[in-house]
Amino acid sequence: MNEGPGRKERVDRGIKVRSDGIYAVSSSREMTYLAGPRILLIAVLLLLPLALEMAPYWKRVINILCVYALLAISFDFLANCVGLVCLGGAMFIGVGGYFAATFNVNLHMPVYLSIPSAAIAGAVVSTLLLLPCLSLRGVYFAIVTLMYPLLFTRVIEAFNILGGSNGITGLDSFPGQNPENYTIILILLAVLFGLRRLLNEDIGLVMHAVKDNDLSVRASGIDVARIKTLAVFIASFIGCLGGAYLAHLYMWAGLSLFALDFSIIPIAAVTIGGGGSLFGAIVGCSILVPLSEFLRVFGTFRIVLYCTILTGFIVFKSEGLMPYCTRKYQQFERWAKV
Amino acid sequence: MSILSVEGLGKTFGGLKALSSVSFSVRQGEIYGVIGPNGSGKTTLINCITGFIRPDEGKVSFRQAEITRWPAHKIARAGIARTFQLMRPFYSLPAYKNLVIPLWSPRARKEGGWRGGGKHGDRDTVAVDILEEIGFERDSRVPYKMASTLPTGYLKRLELARCLALRPEVIFCDEVFSGLSPSEVASMLPLIEKLKMEGITLIMVEHRLRELFKVADRVMALQFGEKIAEGHYKEVIEDRRVKESFLGSEKV
Repeated sequence: MNEGPGRKERVDRGIKVRSDGIYAVSSSREMTYLAGPRILLIAVLLLLPLALEMAPYWKRVINILCVYALLAISFDFLANCVGLVCLGGAMFIGVGGYFAATFNVNLHMPVYLSIPSAAIAGAVVSTLLLLPCLSLRGVYFAIVTLMYPLLFTRVIEAFNILGGSNGITGLDSFPGQNPENYTIILILLAVLFGLRRLLNEDIGLVMHAVKDNDLSVRASGIDVARIKTLAVFIASFIGCLGGAYLAHLYMWAGLSLFALDFSIIPIAAVTIGGGGSLFGAIVGCSILVPLSEFLRVFGTFRIVLYCTILTGFIVFKSEGLMPYCTRKYQQFERWAKV
Repeated sequence: MSILSVEGLGKTFGGLKALSSVSFSVRQGEIYGVIGPNGSGKTTLINCITGFIRPDEGKVSFRQAEITRWPAHKIARAGIARTFQLMRPFYSLPAYKNLVIPLWSPRARKEGGWRGGGKHGDRDTVAVDILEEIGFERDSRVPYKMASTLPTGYLKRLELARCLALRPEVIFCDEVFSGLSPSEVASMLPLIEKLKMEGITLIMVEHRLRELFKVADRVMALQFGEKIAEGHYKEVIEDRRVKESFLGSEKV
């Protein structure tokens, strides 16, 4: 690129012409351009377990990655699409996990019934618990959601219910490693594309408006509390799905399901991947989770490296990877004479 | 026939009496002006009636039904819309998408937005129609621009458009003329007249008295949260207390 007087100019690739919300697609080349990134993501996720056939350890990492990705999507959805900063990832995982354990061990539900029912039951309970704090804004809501997992841990320990500090053991496992992988991958894809569809509907627009300014939404005759409740229900359903899956994966539901990691790592992932698109959440997780596995060789020094890399991302690419890549994909740069 | 009546409305913030037993009633289809110096309780009055603040005492009735202490969204659904003095559009949305929010509300879905449009989906088209009606040039790119990039004149119109999308019976206009240039106000006045012709009742809180008096049928003056005069604007501005509150008393 020649230096000299001038500035960089960004030009949209011509393909982004829209009419009435529908992409005007005229050639297969344009269709590939639009569908390409989505198909790439789907293909990578579906082929990953096959590619790692020789490395069973890494196949398990995929499972964990997908669970974190679910939590990150749920966080991203609430924070960037509805405006509620929810640090309750650990609560969703824990509640979903314990419900799955109860349904499977006590009520003898099969795996593929216990996961969805635990997700629904968990979402109802989480939503009811968060209901009183929905009128709180910003950091206050965040604090309350951060507190709930700690509360659950102490209550379960103190009253020695739900297996106390030993947890509930003896859950059914998945019929094999491939079903194990593909269950969570398909859940992740369904959640991702379902949620994106929802956000493109008018209800998604209303949620976005609640984030923007809720006074005008109220003045428009819409009950803000109801919209927020719906959003929290959706987000906690997604989180509880992850929790229920995790309990079956470990064949155990214990206090470590309420670990703070489940609240914090998704936020870091969304920060790295970039918020708002939901894709960014997955990109962030697929960097952070394998990274933390690679760094295991460094022992306790791991956390230092982890933090350094995280800080690097925040300082040098604060917009997140996904918005950066989207921009590179949809626009090209050229020098313009001033 | 009075469409909205307010009896003895009162509100205290700490030790400050923002409103003390204000009563008035608005007839169907009229333009009712509310004037008063800064801090006289005009915006508090709107907030209390439209449910954004709970009044301490008093009664608000709309079409003979009591609506005091209803939540704001329920009052909006009943057909009482309002604009905000400091414009509150959805800045991160394009102008026409701003109207999809009220068009999505239960009221508009049941009865349609302004003139009954958008009842069965296709809210984007209805939104652009409303914007055109209110002075956004349809063929320009203005209706599709981000609200954050629009100048004040358009934002004021957008506030009104958001009310219209609800298909309201009553609109509270909180200083829609403030911050506009004389020519912008001049182009806004026919719009206000048009809304009146459509049968919408308007209650206008204003500082721009000359423009207000061109359209208002009746005017009420507030001072320190109390109603001090009401009637045709010529009577109201001749009132001794109104003159004092705006210009100061003769004795120093």
